Amino acid sequence: MNRLITLAVLAAASLAHAENFALRGVTIHPVSAVEIPNAVLVVTGDRITDFGPKAAIPKGHKVVEAKGLHVYPGMIDSASVLGLSEIGSVRETQDIAELGDFNPQLRTMIAVNPGSEHIPVSRANGITSSVVVPSGGFIGGQASIMHLDGWTWEEMAVSPSAAMQMRLPSQEATVTGRALGTGRRPYAEVKRRYEEQMQQVRLFFEAARAYQARKANPVLGFKPDLRLEAMIPVLEGKTPLMIVAPKERAIRDALAFAEREKVKVILAGVREVDPFLEELGRKKIPVILPDLYQVPLEEDASIDEPLDIPAKLAKAGIPFAFGSYNIERPRNLPFQAGNAVGNGLSHDAAIRALTLGAAEIWGVADRLGSIDKGKFADFILTDGDPLEPKTQIRQMWILGKPVSLENRHTKLYEQYKKRL
Amino acid sequence: MNRRLFLSTLASASLLRAVGETILIKNAKILTVTKGRVDGSLLIRDGKIAEIGASVMAPAGAVTIDAAGGFLMPGIVDCHAHVGADAINEGTISVSSMVRIEDVLAPDDIQIYRGLAAGVTTSNVLHGSANTIGGQCSVVKMRWGKPATQMVFSGAKPGIKFALGENVKRSGSNTNFGATLRYPATRMGVEDVVREAFNDARAYQRQRDEYQTRAGKGERVAPPRRDFKLEPLVEVLEGKRLVHAHCYRSDEILMLLRAAEEFGFKIRTLQHGLEAYKVAKEIAKHGAGVSTFADSWSYKIEAYDAIPYNAALCMKAGVLTSLNTDAPVTQQRHLLQDAAKTQRYGQLTDDEALSLVTINPAKQLMIEDRVGSLEVGKDADIVLTDKHPLSLYTKVQKVFIDGEVYFDREQDVRERSLRAARRKALAEKLKPAAPPAQKKGAR
Repeated sequence: MNRLITLAVLAAASLAHAENFALRGVTIHPVSAVEIPNAVLVVTGDRITDFGPKAAIPKGHKVVEAKGLHVYPGMIDSASVLGLSEIGSVRETQDIAELGDFNPQLRTMIAVNPGSEHIPVSRANGITSSVVVPSGGFIGGQASIMHLDGWTWEEMAVSPSAAMQMRLPSQEATVTGRALGTGRRPYAEVKRRYEEQMQQVRLFFEAARAYQARKANPVLGFKPDLRLEAMIPVLEGKTPLMIVAPKERAIRDALAFAEREKVKVILAGVREVDPFLEELGRKKIPVILPDLYQVPLEEDASIDEPLDIPAKLAKAGIPFAFGSYNIERPRNLPFQAGNAVGNGLSHDAAIRALTLGAAEIWGVADRLGSIDKGKFADFILTDGDPLEPKTQIRQMWILGKPVSLENRHTKLYEQYKKRL
Repeated sequence: MNRRLFLSTLASASLLRAVGETILIKNAKILTVTKGRVDGSLLIRDGKIAEIGASVMAPAGAVTIDAAGGFLMPGIVDCHAHVGADAINEGTISVSSMVRIEDVLAPDDIQIYRGLAAGVTTSNVLHGSANTIGGQCSVVKMRWGKPATQMVFSGAKPGIKFALGENVKRSGSNTNFGATLRYPATRMGVEDVVREAFNDARAYQRQRDEYQTRAGKGERVAPPRRDFKLEPLVEVLEGKRLVHAHCYRSDEILMLLRAAEEFGFKIRTLQHGLEAYKVAKEIAKHGAGVSTFADSWSYKIEAYDAIPYNAALCMKAGVLTSLNTDAPVTQQRHLLQDAAKTQRYGQLTDDEALSLVTINPAKQLMIEDRVGSLEVGKDADIVLTDKHPLSLYTKVQKVFIDGEVYFDREQDVRERSLRAARRKALAEKLKPAAPPAQKKGAR
């Protein structure tokens, strides 16, 4: 016979390891299919093993009654610095950007601090996985997909190398910097520098290709080169380049570069996307949205920019996902998606971009992103629409294990409530 | 170029407005914030709210607007913003109480239009936080298209910006090239700067009072030399000027309350006050308000204990609480969303959440008899939205200030293509002329 326990008991239990269970009475939003009211969700080990209105609960599975609540797949933050940054203004707590222009050998995974206060804070609003992205120079390093639970970074890692982060040389004439003040450099100077740097980037890719060839037919005394070695999956088209390209010229450069080098590309942080909607849609080039909590790019831009970008991408048939970029922002990911809905995106498309759409872009849709048999049991239980602030996230599971939604903020809240 | 182009297209917006029109907005869900919800109509006459009710008769000549089942709410009040200010930090000295925002109001700052488009009708425009006492602030109405003199909220009590903590003491520990070290470098020094300033102000006040007494008796005495730095501080001592103090940590909040009490004045609002929840009892007892962020945290060490439950906890402690943007630090277009976040963090009711951006900041600025709720007799500062304003799926449709339409979404959307066309035309003109055709082979 099944053991019957309440949600509250389960939450309090804080199980150290996954225990087989079934949620009953929930509305399941699989994302890969239409919602299923009053359904059962069965979790065995770290996987979803069955779900549906009449899914059978295997013997020995604990039954959790959650009538009236909603199940959504855990959300994926597609551009995060989670675990690499703790306090914005404190240099010692930043591990996002390494020195040097070409660092493909770097991996964010190994620098993710599992003890960061930001991890449970992000979880509280429904984020279960983050694509942790480095930056710095032209090639910042490899982005890793991390679960937001685990004692060590090894336990957290879902995919060590989901993409190679890159930023092409810029042609922007405006320079901003505290020491320099804000001003414009002469375009001729900017252009010369830009061309020199583009040449460096091309040479680096050439060197990587030459290395790839040498490695295929090694001569005596061949010595592995860690930097160039790390480029091989990119050259083979196995790992996409994630090129950060906000403005029109940067986007054009990124597309031309990917075409020339014949590599897979994901664009990130795009703002001036209008001239490229047709091309991106036709080529199905995925886009990671910019932080939507930014002011419009130009004074005469639409008052809705950049909140209206997701709707434009959806209309053009471009795959896209949401990203937080800033260490303060992950918990606002569902609200940014809500803003996108307020600016013309369909609700289904918003949820999809937070879950399955992101998983597809990152090549992990076999494990993440939807409520489907065989996928990781990463999901949340809510009392309503997870994109609306009024809704409460009630419970979270990662790899079938209940994960606490307590965090620095709820603890301080409880602590100081007593002092009122 | 962009700004001028943009302004010229927006100038046509003024065509919409007719001053002092009588307007009946019908078929609306009216969120008064202070007196519950009324489903019906709202009448605007002479720039004021004249009537609210289930059915209001349209007077002869009134313009009728069909809200189509949308929501009306009071114009949003942002108790802390830097919109429409051309400069905000007189960073050379730590007590710069003589400088005034009113002197540097920039009515063509695009942030005003953007805030307006999100339903913000009143902003408290403050100095920055580089100085312990930053300067005299201005409460403005977001009357986009009007000159600076017509932005000022006439009748609003004057205010002054104080600041504590990291930003103020940074100049005392800065290692930037060429930076001169400036007192204070610690929170101890910040307290001292406040106390020294009010010690001076008190002496100046006594000198002035003594002069007035003696001159009043007919004695021939020289008046004291006017001190523009100390005059606003004397106004603080006399309760004629409101103190809005930027602060983060609980220790510095408590320090400021005690310093103010020592000199016999009140702190009107603790701005940001990210750790206000830790000393909410003391703040309530002093009578200060708190104007905080929705969920900003961790961007510096003094923001590491910031929690999104701050507003809810302060409210529960009986502190008059509001949410602000510090725009452009966070944006006015997210202020309603910020209010909605208190429903996730602290489970506030709709009215409580809306009060954080309407009636409460109005009270903090002591303009609640004019704005902050939809009540008969108040200024017709009104926001029309298509859905409930606390839903993220909502769009602001129209914004009225003093009964005039200052923002109309339909018009904004309509004019976008016009703006784009003008921009393109100008860009074309910037392109260099094509070189003259060359004969084949010619070099």
